[in-house]
This record gives sequence, C-alpha cells and structure tokens, in this order.
Amino acid sequence: MQNIYLSIVLAPLAAAIIAGLFGKVIGRSGAHWVTIMGVALSTVLATFVFQQVIVEDAPVYDAALYTWGIVDGIRFEIGFRIDELSATMMLVVSFVSLMVHIYTVGYMHDDPGYQRFFSYISLFTFGMLMLVMANNFLQLFFGWEMVGLVSYLLIGFWFDRESAIQANLKAFLVNRVGDFGFLLGIAAVLMYFDTLHYATVFAAAPEKANTVIQIWPGLDWSLMSVICILLFIGAMGKSAQVPLHVWLPDSMEGPTPISALIHAATMVTAGIFMVARMSPLYELSETALSVIIVIGAITAFFMGLLGIVQNDIKRVVAYSTLSQLGYMTVALGASAYAAGMFHLVTHAFFKALLFLAAGSVIIAMHHDQDIRNMGGLRKYLPITWMTSLIGSLALIGFPGFSGFFSKDAIIEAVHHSHLPGSEFAYICVLGGVFVTAFYSFRMYFLVFHGKERMDEHTREHLHETPAVVTVPLMLLAMPSVIIGWPYVESVLFGGYFGESITVLPAHDVLGEMGKGFHSVPGFVAHGLMAAPFWLAMSGVALAWFFYLKRPDIPEAISRWFRILHRLLLNNYGFDILYQRLFAGGTRGMGSALWRFGDIGFIDGLVVNGSARTVERFSAIARHMQSGLLYHYAFVMIIGVLLLLFVFGSGLRELALGLLG
Amino acid sequence: MTLTLQNLLPAAPEMFLLTMITLLLVIDVSLPERYRALTYQMAQATLVGVAVLVLMFYPEQQVLRFHDTFVNDALAAVLKLAIVLVTFFVFAYSKPYLQDRNLFKGEYFILGLMAVLGMLVLVSAHSLLTVYLGLELLSLSLYAMVGLHRESITASEAAMKYFVLGALASGMLLYGMSLFYGATGTLDLAEIARYLAGGTGSDGMIVQEFAGTRPVLILGLVFILVGIAFKLGAAPFHMWVPDVYHGAPTAVTLFIGSAPKIAAFAMLMRLLVDGLAGLDSDWTQILVILAIASMAIGNIIAIAQDNLKRMLAYSTIAHSGFLFLGIIAGTQAGFAASMFYVIVYALMAAGGFGMIIVLSRTGVEADRLDDFKGLNERSPWYAFLMLILMLSMAGVPPFLGFWAKWSVLREVVNADMIWLAVVAVCFAIIGLFYYLRVVRMMYFDAPLNQARIQAPAGMRVMISTNALAILALGVYPSALMAVCIAVMQ
Repeated sequence: MQNIYLSIVLAPLAAAIIAGLFGKVIGRSGAHWVTIMGVALSTVLATFVFQQVIVEDAPVYDAALYTWGIVDGIRFEIGFRIDELSATMMLVVSFVSLMVHIYTVGYMHDDPGYQRFFSYISLFTFGMLMLVMANNFLQLFFGWEMVGLVSYLLIGFWFDRESAIQANLKAFLVNRVGDFGFLLGIAAVLMYFDTLHYATVFAAAPEKANTVIQIWPGLDWSLMSVICILLFIGAMGKSAQVPLHVWLPDSMEGPTPISALIHAATMVTAGIFMVARMSPLYELSETALSVIIVIGAITAFFMGLLGIVQNDIKRVVAYSTLSQLGYMTVALGASAYAAGMFHLVTHAFFKALLFLAAGSVIIAMHHDQDIRNMGGLRKYLPITWMTSLIGSLALIGFPGFSGFFSKDAIIEAVHHSHLPGSEFAYICVLGGVFVTAFYSFRMYFLVFHGKERMDEHTREHLHETPAVVTVPLMLLAMPSVIIGWPYVESVLFGGYFGESITVLPAHDVLGEMGKGFHSVPGFVAHGLMAAPFWLAMSGVALAWFFYLKRPDIPEAISRWFRILHRLLLNNYGFDILYQRLFAGGTRGMGSALWRFGDIGFIDGLVVNGSARTVERFSAIARHMQSGLLYHYAFVMIIGVLLLLFVFGSGLRELALGLLG
Repeated sequence: MTLTLQNLLPAAPEMFLLTMITLLLVIDVSLPERYRALTYQMAQATLVGVAVLVLMFYPEQQVLRFHDTFVNDALAAVLKLAIVLVTFFVFAYSKPYLQDRNLFKGEYFILGLMAVLGMLVLVSAHSLLTVYLGLELLSLSLYAMVGLHRESITASEAAMKYFVLGALASGMLLYGMSLFYGATGTLDLAEIARYLAGGTGSDGMIVQEFAGTRPVLILGLVFILVGIAFKLGAAPFHMWVPDVYHGAPTAVTLFIGSAPKIAAFAMLMRLLVDGLAGLDSDWTQILVILAIASMAIGNIIAIAQDNLKRMLAYSTIAHSGFLFLGIIAGTQAGFAASMFYVIVYALMAAGGFGMIIVLSRTGVEADRLDDFKGLNERSPWYAFLMLILMLSMAGVPPFLGFWAKWSVLREVVNADMIWLAVVAVCFAIIGLFYYLRVVRMMYFDAPLNQARIQAPAGMRVMISTNALAILALGVYPSALMAVCIAVMQ
C-alpha cells in the first residue's frame, strides 16, 4: 500500500517537474498529456484506496516513510495517515483536479503560458494531496504552504496585469496573517505535547483538556482553547472566513480553471478539512467551537448578501463560495464535522461545476465576464445551460440534489446545537438559504434567460464550447446530482468516517438527528416541507420576478438604498479598512522607522555618529605621537606608575611596613 | 652536569646557528662585493639547517640543560620552527629591497641571524637570566638593524629612540627580575613557580610565609610585565612602535614586525605561565588593562594614518591586545589560542610588509596608502594578495586571521568574560575600517601612477605563497590549531 500512496503524491509532482522544467522540450500537447496522465494515475489509485478504506473497511494506515531529522527527541517526518477522512479528500482532490486538467486544455488553448499553467496545477495537486494525507503537523504545514504558494503563483498567472499582481499579493499577505496563527498553534502543540504526530497528540489530548496556561502573567487560558483558536486562525485565512476573507473575491483574477480547482473546490476547503482532522482537539474546547460557529455564521450570511450586487460572473460564484465555506465552518462549530465534510465534498463537485460552467460562458462570450452583457444564452450553450442549472439547484439545496442533503444536515445540526452562539448561527444559516437562492438564480436568469444583451459581433460567434470543456461539465454534473443519495445515511448517521472524526457525546448533534432519520426518501420528503425549502423557493421566485419580470425594481431598490448598496459593493468596507489601516499603517510605520530610526538614529547617530566620534578621537590621539623621545619615555613611566597605583594595594602596605 | 655531546644536543640548533654566524662574519668580510649574494644564500641555508636540527631534536618531553637554565620542550620547538620559517620569508623579501637601496650588505643577514639566535634562546629560557640574555641579544641586534641605513636621518632617529626606550624597558624588566630574585632567592623559573605555589624553596626549606613577600612580588611583576609589554608593543608601552616601524628601512620593519613577536610571546609564556603562574590573578588583571588599552589605541589611531607602515604599526599594537586575550583566559586552550594568534599574526605581518617591498622601486618607498590606489588596475594579482592579507588582518572569514580572532574570543567567552569579548569585538569592528580602506583604494580608486610593478620571480613566488597560505590555512585551520593545542598539553 505504501507504494500506492507514494505514487498518488509523486505522480503529479513528477508531471509538474517535467512540464515545468522541460516545457519547451515536450511542447504544449506534451505538457498537458504528461500532467493529465499523472493526475489520472493519482485519481485511479485514489479510487482504489477509497474502495479499500471506505467500502472494504481496511484498517487505518499510519506510518512514517522518511525521517527528515530528529531534534531534541522530536521527530520531523514525512508520513501518511490514510483513514476515511483522508481517503475521501484524496478522491475529491484528485478527481476535481483531473476534471480541471482536462478542461484547461480548452480554456487555456491560446495562452502563451500553457506549459507553466499545467505545471502549476499539477504541483498544486501534489501539495494538496500531501496536505490531506499527512500524519503529522509538519507535513500538514508543508502542504498548507505549498498550496498557498501555488495559489499565489496562479492568481498572478497573468503577471503582466496590474490587477492580478495586486490580487496575488493580497492573497499572499492575508494568508500570512492566518498562517502566523496556524504556525503558533502548531508551536503550541509542539510545546505541550513534544510531538508533531497526529495520533500521539490526539491520544494525549484528553489528559490536557483542563490544562491552564498563562500567556500573560495573571491571566489564565485554557490550553486547548488557545491551540484550537490559533489553528482556526490558520483555517480562517485559507478557508477565507470573515475577517480574513478579503483575498478570495480578488483571487478571481486568476484563470477560471484555477478559480474552480483552488479557490472553490479544494484549497479553500483545507481549513475545513484541518478542523475536521483536529476534531479530537476541538471537541475539548467549547470556547473554540463557539468562536468557529459564530465566525462561520457571519461568513455564511453576510458574504452571501454580497453576491447579490456583483455583476462579474466569477465574483458572484466567488461570494457564493465564501458563503458556502461559512456553512461548512458552522457545521464544524456545531460539532457536525461529518456534515461539514459532506458539504465540502458536494460543494467541491457543484462549485467546480458552476465555475467551469461560468468559464464556459466566458469562453463563449470572448472573455467578457459581465452578466449585464449576457442573457438568453440557453439557446447557444445547451450543455453549459443544463449543467449550470444542475449546479445552481445543487447549490441552493433543492431536495434530491447533493447540496440539499449536506446543507439541510448543517441547518438541522445547528438547530440541535446548544453552544453559545448557535441560535445566532441558526438564524444566519436559514437567512443564508434565501440569499443563496436569490443570488444564484439572479445570475442564472441574467445569463441564460431573458433578453440577449450582448453586441452583434459576440452574438454571431456564440456557440457551444468544445468537448474538453463540456465533458468535464457533464462529469461533474453527475456527482452534483446523485452523490447525496448513496452516502447521506452513512456519512451523517452511520460510521462512514469511523474513528477519523471524534465527537464527544455532549456535542453529538448528528446522533440526535439520527434518531429522527428513517430513510433517504423520507429525508427528502421531510425536506420538501421544511422551512429551508420554502426559503429557497421564495428566493428563486423573487429572483425570477426581479430580473426577468420587472428588471426595473432592483434598479429602483439600489437607488433607494444607495448607501446600503454601496456598502455591499465595497465589501462592507473591509478592503478600505485594511488598505488604510493595515497596509497604510504598516507602510507609514515602515517609512517612519526608516526615516527616524534608520536614517536618523541608526545611520546618523549610531553608525555615522560613532564613526565620526572614533575619527575625531583618532585625529586627536595621533598628536600624542609627538616624535619627541622624552614624551615617549614619559608615557612609559606614567604607564608604570598607573599600573603600580592600580595593583599596588600590597605595595602601600609594604611602604607602610618600611616606614613603621 | 658534564659537557658531553649528549648533554649539549638539545641546544644543537642554537649552537649550529652561532657557529654559522661566526663563520659568516669571517666569510662576509673577505667576500668581494659582487659575491654578496653568497652571504644571503648561506644565511638562508643556515635557517634551513636550524629548522632541520630543531626537527631532529624534537623533544618527546621536557629536557632541561645547562643547570636548568635552558629548556627544550614542544612549545620551544614549535615556536622556533615558526620563527625560522617567518625569518626565511623575511630574508627573501628583504633581498631585492636591500639591493635596490645599496644596503645589500652582510650586516643585515648577520645581525638578523644574531637576532634569531636571541629569539631561540628566549624561547628556550628556563631562568630569568636566560630570558634576559635572549632578550638583550635580540634587542641589540634589532637596534643595530634599524640604524643600518646610516645616511637616512629618519632611520638613525628611529634607532636612537628604539635604543633609549628599549634600554629603559630592559632596565625595568631587570629591576623586576631582581625583586623576584630577592624575594624568592632563585632565578630558576620552575623554582619560582614552586615558591609561589607554596612548595619548597631552593634551599630545600618549606616556604610558609609567601604572603609576607607578596608586595615585593607584585612590584616585580609590574616591572616584568612592562618589559614584556614593551617588546610586544602593547599600550601604553607602544610609543616606539610607530616611529621605529616608520623610520626603519622597510626590510628591517618587516623583520621587527614579524618573528620577534613570536619570541615575545614565548617570553610571555615562559615568565608568566611557567614562572609566575602563582600570581595569575594579579597578572590577568594587568593584562586586561593592557589588552583593552592596546586594542583601543591601536585600532583608533590607525584610522588617522596615511602611511601604510605606520598604519601597520598601530595594527601591531591592536594585535598584541588580542594576543593577550588568550593568556587572560588562563587555560591551556587559551594559551593555545594565543599561540595560534601570534604565529598567524607573524605570517600576516610578513606578508603585509612584503607587499610594500613589492610595490617599492629604486629610490621610491611605496609605504603611503595612496601608493595602493588602483592597484587592481596595475596588477590584479597583487591586489588580490593584498586583499587576502588585509581581510585576514581584519579578521574576516574565511581567512586565517578570522580563526585567530575567533579562537581567542572563544576562550575569553569560555572564561566567563563576555564583556571583554564584546569590547574586543567592538574594537575589531573599528579596526575593520582601516583595513577595508586599503581594499577600497586598491579596487575603487584610480591609480596615481601607472609604473609597472617589477619584482623578481622568487619574490613573487614567496609573496604569493605567503598570502595563499593564509587563505588555504583559513579554509582548513584545524591542523595548525591542533599543533598549538598539542603543544600546550
């Protein structure tokens, strides 16, 4: 098995190296063939592992393959932990990645950086697989930073665009904030557990549940809360939770396949995966869970609202991603890790689908991304239209579609939770359902229905995109529809995740829900009568009324509530705040330190000042060397007398002795 | 002790050297001017012979001879080898310089060999008397060498100053020694050590009342240290150094600046460590003051110099301060570090003054800093060699000088005197300035003249070997360091 695991991670790495370093030699088709084959191999093997672990219930694999170093008894290793959680993630990551690889052949067809792009996305696949397969914090961090790096490179893929450079810098800096917390969390684990190995830490965690530490003297902190919140700060950066979410909408500057793969389906879910992986720790800190549920709820609802006012097709989907990540986070906070992971998986499929469909629209529209210029595309792009509709229905949680199962489970789980903040979260996620339906179908109606608002030239060239684009759409549409049916029971209420997720009995919301669960069709039927369904339906209806029937109403509303509209357009002012306060403040501080500290104090006073002092002293002291012999002899005598004076305490006694 | 050959053998290098000097005196007198090179060749051959003899009679353990006034041990043998090696380089560098200035007389080499003999005696001293004998033999030769160029007023002035101040220092040293003799009743360094350790005196009686003579001993110690400090050029007994270095012919400066430092270190070891170890708490404190004063005065005043010989003179003062650091640490590792330092320093100083000789032409001394401007344009190779020498003296890795500084500083830190190490590093940083200034001038300034640099092939090979050895040993310093450590055990 070890060789299989190694092949899963190394195949994309090898492909990335070949495509990246020898891209010129192997040419464009060589680059996409080698990377697609690499990822395809990973996908096949990941499917095999999935079958072994989930279906045949193979025992957990947890072993180190390579010891990088042993420092002070702490082992730094590369190792894999293959259990239900990682096997699921491996399959999702490699499958979505494969789809994106194929799709890219069409999307990036004319791009001069073709080989570079394939190299990057294969490298990303390697990093993400290392992250999910890790059996220790060090490797987790390695994968974490690796995907962050590739994300940075890909957001700025078109590096001659000013906006792309701004966006990737922003993504990098915001993630730095999160990673700082993450690194501190890992450091805290290392400090108190003396190991980085997951299983050892998890086993020792219950003993330390009541450990109290003092970061500042006199102020007691629960160790578990400190570790969990620090780690969650890392998740907030990577999974774009408020207030570290600002980078994700801007990351849409990257090519669309990347938005699908990295900024929707996989990388941004790394934070969710990490918290689920650390469930044995999080279960020990209700404080941390409360923080998570509140942050997640805010993200889920308020980021969804922003989707309503966006006109860039990719940005709408991006805010939708933020909102859905909020849902997953809420689930984690409610201790419904399985529901969060379930939503992660279904979301990976339907959101990748939606992004790739958006990309397909963008290709057809000759890279015009403004939905106000679209409309009526249903006729021209039938496959894109159908798959988009499926994706949207899955996203809003229409009963029977994959998103329905996972989202409904989350809402129910929050309802059952008793944590502080869970009531607020419940209101947010319910409101979020309406908002999600509204912005999703606003976009859907504006793009595929209604008047054709594009110019003549574009209309003449409208046609369905090539097979490399539509085939991945169809392949992703299938799981988006059906994936919920076979897995909902075992994932939510059965032992799908086995030992890989720990939930304390006191937090077991899914277990409570399981008592009312009888069959999947019953679950669906119940869903048809519950509040979320009707909220979603009213959102769809409102979107239809506003954007197909009476397009004048939303315009009027935006005029009436001008301030509110501007607030939403400006992302609640987060960007302005960060730009002014943090970016501006840091630059101001740097400039002040440079001017006063560096030039004034260090250069002026310390460096040049001391140099001048020495020089001046030197110029004076050289005059001691008068050239006169008796001066020299005098200096020697003075020297002798000084030494005698300093060390002659005994000599004074001697003198006294001689006298008396 | 009877004068059998067996008993004399440990002193074979010294006896061979003396014989050869006498022989050379006679030969040189009768030698026609055009065969003068023979004197040089014989002198060099003598040095090789001495080295061979030192190696042949390399002592397995300490050997005492001549009524315990002469010692041959590993320390003596290694230091003698270093002295002979450095002198060999010095003679080689001096030859073209002396020939250009009509100074190529037998006296330089004969006096030089005489000085070497003094150094060897000093290195092997086991009695206050031998110390003094070696020191005077060395000093008197050096006085005469400084005044070798009789027509030069500056040289004569330098010789005069050196002699008067040297006599003053010798007087003080002798006074200190006499106080010790008075207090302990012996000249033998081992006896003195036993006395100070509270052992038996020379008359076999158990010494009980050491405390009563303590004030006298301290008085003597101060005077002895003055003698040592003068020889090493440590502040505040350094006043002679710039004037003598500057005034003497460069070939003589080269000689004074290199090998005698090793001998002075030997004197320091013999007197303080072999003889006065019992007073270490006192001399350590005095050395701390001397070390700080030397590093301060040397490094700071060097900045104001525009003459390279004077600059190197102040650099010598600074280096002697660093040399003290290892002794101050007071451990065997510390002594080894100091020994390493002094050998390294002698090599660097020989190379540095050698470069001045390389650049000098008939009638022109290239001892101003300006003469080094744009050296890289005139000769990239010499500029590179000078770069090695300057950076090594400044203590920049990976050159040998860095390891020298590093090892003494490490020992000071190990002796829990971190503050002293910090002070030393601060002064080393100040010192960096004037070494780097030379480098800047060589590489970034325009040359003042474009005259071709002419140096005989032998000279070129020697100076290249010297500088490259500093680079090579810098990359692999452990061999030399291991020798120093082995010697101290």
